[in-house]
Amino acid sequence: MDSVLKKELEIFATQIRMGIIESTYNAKAGHPGGSLSSAELFAYLYGKEMRYSADEPKWEDRDRFVLSKGHCAPGLYSALAYKGFFPVEDLKTLRHIGSYLQGHPNMNTVPGVDMSTGSLGQGVSVAAGMAKAAKYLGKDINVYALLGDGEIEEGQVWEAFMFAAQYSLDNFCAVIDSNGLQIDGTCAEVMSAEPIDEKLKAFGFEVTVINGNDFDELEKAFDAFHKSDKPFAIIMKTIKGLGVSYMENQVGWHGKAPNEEEYKIAMKELGEKLAELEA
Amino acid sequence: MAEIKNIATRDSYGNALKELAEGGADKLVVLDADLSAATKTGIFKKAFPNQHFNCGIAEANMMCVAAGFSTMGLVPFASSFAMFASGRAFEQVRNSIGYPHLNVKIGATHAGISVGEDGASHQCCEDFALMRAIPGMVVICPADDVEARQAVKAAYSYEGPVYLRFGRLAVPVFHEESYKFEIGKGEVIKEGNDVSIIANGLMVAEAIEAGKALEEQGISAEIINIATIKPLDEELIIASAKKTGKVITVEEHSIIGGLGEAVCSLLAEKCPTPVKRIGVNDEFGHSGPAKDLLKQFGLSAENIVKVTKEFI
Repeated sequence: MDSVLKKELEIFATQIRMGIIESTYNAKAGHPGGSLSSAELFAYLYGKEMRYSADEPKWEDRDRFVLSKGHCAPGLYSALAYKGFFPVEDLKTLRHIGSYLQGHPNMNTVPGVDMSTGSLGQGVSVAAGMAKAAKYLGKDINVYALLGDGEIEEGQVWEAFMFAAQYSLDNFCAVIDSNGLQIDGTCAEVMSAEPIDEKLKAFGFEVTVINGNDFDELEKAFDAFHKSDKPFAIIMKTIKGLGVSYMENQVGWHGKAPNEEEYKIAMKELGEKLAELEA
Repeated sequence: MAEIKNIATRDSYGNALKELAEGGADKLVVLDADLSAATKTGIFKKAFPNQHFNCGIAEANMMCVAAGFSTMGLVPFASSFAMFASGRAFEQVRNSIGYPHLNVKIGATHAGISVGEDGASHQCCEDFALMRAIPGMVVICPADDVEARQAVKAAYSYEGPVYLRFGRLAVPVFHEESYKFEIGKGEVIKEGNDVSIIANGLMVAEAIEAGKALEEQGISAEIINIATIKPLDEELIIASAKKTGKVITVEEHSIIGGLGEAVCSLLAEKCPTPVKRIGVNDEFGHSGPAKDLLKQFGLSAENIVKVTKEFI
């Protein structure tokens, strides 16, 4: 990857992480762990991959993104805020009464959110429907869905995958954040969906497995998506909580907000990282 | 007198979809879950194969795919049996269609016990209750072919989620073609002074029959068709209740959560009136010929007459 772009995306990913901490701290609730593990993905999608317009969020011919793992809204909101869909300052209102930044994404209140999600397994089906509709309308639109590796325990996800293969949706890209952790423990302990790559191949997808916290690998994966004539799946191996030392790989940070002390530590770590990148 | 035709409203559904497309409804797409022959979307598919998408036996996915289609500016009609459309896929309808208030139409056929021989697993008598509970959902149960075809067209023109309930059994077509259906508007079919009989779906024809029999026995019943259960035509129901002072509701649905309860809730708050509900009495159905089942469950003109005489 071009080094200037890479630096830009690294800065964006760090800003997204700061937004995640800022918003969940002020909300006193939310899901930092899986938001942090997907920070590079959000940065890549909104910094390089997708065609959209922050000035015209409803632009008809934009690419679509569906956060099927809707609880990672803090990550999506931060990406949208830093790209100018709404003020970064508003991230502090996450989950507050009267705020448009609902705990899970609401397409009717948040500029840039393409689908309301939150109930696991549904967003990926909606995304497949969007991809099929784009083809029906003869539009060159790509549709991206981000799923959790716990989320794919929902049977509906596999209904959506069958649909995508049946209708040869080569404009559909399912990204699975495989951080290995879900609420009650590791995915291996709770309900293993492995081997995810083999299952997706058997369902008719072209599949790539990458380090999802590495921009070079993300770039290669999305380039492969553009060349593929099948529905495409990117399985991202990631670290849950990445970027905040005490949250990394800790199942307890799935759905818990940092307290004041933890907030300060996290913002100091991320602030130092940002300063280093911007130096 | 011309012979009365019998047509199942599921046929009306398939025909109306085709008529819509023939009339230039360019946003229309139809989804089905491997039941096209039964839901009658096959009629549409035959004429417009490129606008019909089979989603396989996967209703949960189909509802969300429909949501996806609607976000792209299309108007999808997602079709299945009432049991699966409202029951199996309830949460998908609630979260991916109702909550974002998307422009998705749900065409639910084979509702109620008149499904017949298939038995209880397929006899959905809970769909009004489930769909009414979703904020912003319009719930329509047309009474005959004329009303059903108009309801499909009205749903297409309306912006927002709509649940349409159709039946498997052929039922009398009592509306003239000149009848005008409007979402949210009830219809006084026959005026009366002693009791209001409020029905919907295939029970409207039975209520009309009952009204005639009661008239012969000196009881003046006002017969009302409430095809739109939500939003409810409150004005019409209150006016009738004030006039007659007694209300009977009749529906091919559980007495819990359907038309009867909607009318009871309205009248309890705004115009307290004694009400008697006729419907499926908190029990499951079973196999049998549809018409026999309807009689057995008290969903007949005879039973409406009997209940009315006891009630007033």
